[in-house]
Amino acid sequence: MDNFVNFFSFNDPNVRYVVLGSILLSVSAAIVGSFIVLKKKSLVGDAVSHSVLPGICAAFLFAGTKNTSLMLVGAFISGWLSLVAIDYITAKSKIKKDAAIGLVLSVFFALGIVLMTYIQQSGNAAQSGMDRFIFGKAATLIGSDLITFSVIAVVLIAVTLAFFKEFTIIAFDEHYAEVLGLPVRKLDLLLTSLTVLAVVSGITAVGVVLMAAMLITPAAAARYWTHNIRRMVLFAAIFGAVSGLAGAYISYIAPAMPTGPWMVVVSSLIAFFSFFFAPLGVVPKTLKRNKNSRTMMDENILKLFYQISERDENFKMKRTVEELLAFKKMQPTQLKSGMKRLNRQGLLDYSNQQAQLTETGLLKAKKIVRLHRLWELYLTNYMEIAPDHVHDNAEEMEHYITPELEKQLEKYLDNPETDPHGTMIPK
Amino acid sequence: MIALWIILTGALVAISCGLLGSFLVLRKMSMVGDAISHAVLPGIVIAFLWSGSRDTLPMLLGAGATGLLATFFIEYLHRKARLQTDAAIGIVFTFMFAVGIILISTFAGKIDLDQDCVLYGELAYVPINLWILPDGTSIGPKPVYILSVVLLLVVLFIYVGYKELKLTSFDPSFAATIGISTALWHYLLMAAVSFTTVSAFESVGAILVITFLIGPPAAAYLLTEDLKKMLFITVGIGILVSFTGYWLAYWLNASIAGCMALMTGVVFALVFVYTQFVLKNKRLKLAARNTLLSQKIE
Repeated sequence: MDNFVNFFSFNDPNVRYVVLGSILLSVSAAIVGSFIVLKKKSLVGDAVSHSVLPGICAAFLFAGTKNTSLMLVGAFISGWLSLVAIDYITAKSKIKKDAAIGLVLSVFFALGIVLMTYIQQSGNAAQSGMDRFIFGKAATLIGSDLITFSVIAVVLIAVTLAFFKEFTIIAFDEHYAEVLGLPVRKLDLLLTSLTVLAVVSGITAVGVVLMAAMLITPAAAARYWTHNIRRMVLFAAIFGAVSGLAGAYISYIAPAMPTGPWMVVVSSLIAFFSFFFAPLGVVPKTLKRNKNSRTMMDENILKLFYQISERDENFKMKRTVEELLAFKKMQPTQLKSGMKRLNRQGLLDYSNQQAQLTETGLLKAKKIVRLHRLWELYLTNYMEIAPDHVHDNAEEMEHYITPELEKQLEKYLDNPETDPHGTMIPK
Repeated sequence: MIALWIILTGALVAISCGLLGSFLVLRKMSMVGDAISHAVLPGIVIAFLWSGSRDTLPMLLGAGATGLLATFFIEYLHRKARLQTDAAIGIVFTFMFAVGIILISTFAGKIDLDQDCVLYGELAYVPINLWILPDGTSIGPKPVYILSVVLLLVVLFIYVGYKELKLTSFDPSFAATIGISTALWHYLLMAAVSFTTVSAFESVGAILVITFLIGPPAAAYLLTEDLKKMLFITVGIGILVSFTGYWLAYWLNASIAGCMALMTGVVFALVFVYTQFVLKNKRLKLAARNTLLSQKIE
């Protein structure tokens, strides 16, 4: 608990630096990642994040010390080369994109591992701590490194926001972007460079293996909260910031722990929660669908009462469940539960297995039957569909026609009296 | 003798992975192999904590379970939550791998697995892990026996299911019409990949498993259109990279698994260059000669 208070009071300047650095880099990765996810290039982020390792090691071999700027340049170059290799292989041979990504990713990473083990066994004293680039250590984000990584993160955010509109268009519709005269290839190139840069900015805090997740996971989670791209990017940035903060905290309370995996677990948990419970997630969607099908069921039952009354020319009679089922085939359990629901809504008088429409129920039933018959008439008159083919479509449309549409139908059909089958259209 | 055991282990893994990987490459599912090889990690660690030993059976069960769980979860997110497949793969496997790494770091004292070994294995220690009979005689390294059994099972699986695997890979709708369940063979293949990955994991690490799953089949695919030939070429490449990779590692004094993976990349690059320039030239010449011949006949 003391740790918790100490950490979140931000009194320790080191804590402040680490927190600031982690949040900046996760936010910038999440913002760039949003466009990668929308462009359906999630696995490219994975390829880049594995592929920067040989660049880091080569820079170390070249300089003989852990020179951060040089390592960043090396990482950027090898990350770039991996993307060129993937594009070249897929363009020139029958190897598919997925195999090319997997191959390039693993071979580049293997080269990195070979170089790293070579360095570790070379006896160079400066090599200790090289392995932090694999799984990350947020606590190392201090001093001049912090400034370097923060500058990268700020540049990333600034460039992405500056090209927000262009990136949005190429993410959703490249052909449209071409028609607009946007330089699609150049923008693509810019986005790719930003991706590599985002991965590079995360190598010390998150590590190369899991940096891909910091790009795509917050963005994929944000996709389930809104249809608006600006809000989506904002959500992604917030989720990224939370994960970054978690990583910094872990690094503070358990210095031996690698921070990358913790950031990834936190952002994955946010993502799994979003997939299920966010407004566009599985649970709200299922609930909505169930509610829709219940409403349709209720409307169908009201219609059934109207039709059976119309046949007997008696709207004031009580009907039994058996009578209704004999008139139209339905699931008895569904019918009964629907009738109970309608009873609660005051549309039906339901007692002792018998039921009758109330005043409001009759009005509502009339309206549904009316919409059904209006639509049938519209289909026969305007779409020239045979009268015996229009019923099924009307059966669906009757639940969707809005009052405005009803008015228009009346106008087009000139306030008709009967439907194509010659039955009355109720007012 | 030590070199031989290491190369043999590498080759056994390369052949098992390559044979199964051929079908993954053909089904455009290479990244699922990538996902499984990362996702087995938490299963391995949990099995290890549970049984307290490095016995093969609990590890196989634990890792097989999480590997299959990952594929189910990816499918589920794709179907139910309408998440793009690539994003689903990327999120699920990074999550499971992260959980595995956290478990390893948390129980670092109790587990003789470490973060590095997970990535690039301990091929160098294979010859030390001897199988000692009750009477005290040693009959060679344990992993070699385990991997031989795995290879045997993989070969048996492909031999028995060759027709079904081939049909469901190339023409799933035709396979479905003649009554082959594509879902069943999909999950059988996934299970086979999971178990092979697990048994290879300890010796060679995640990275080499992915390279062996995708690299040799991709190179073989460039060279031939015939599935049987592709499988044989894959096996050949697997053996070749085990030898050359070992010697490269010996020479550089670097990670053996890393060097084998690197050699796979080199072999792929050579094959790629060969098919790009040599084969294309040959084909062009052949086409030119054919037109000349047909002109002469006229």
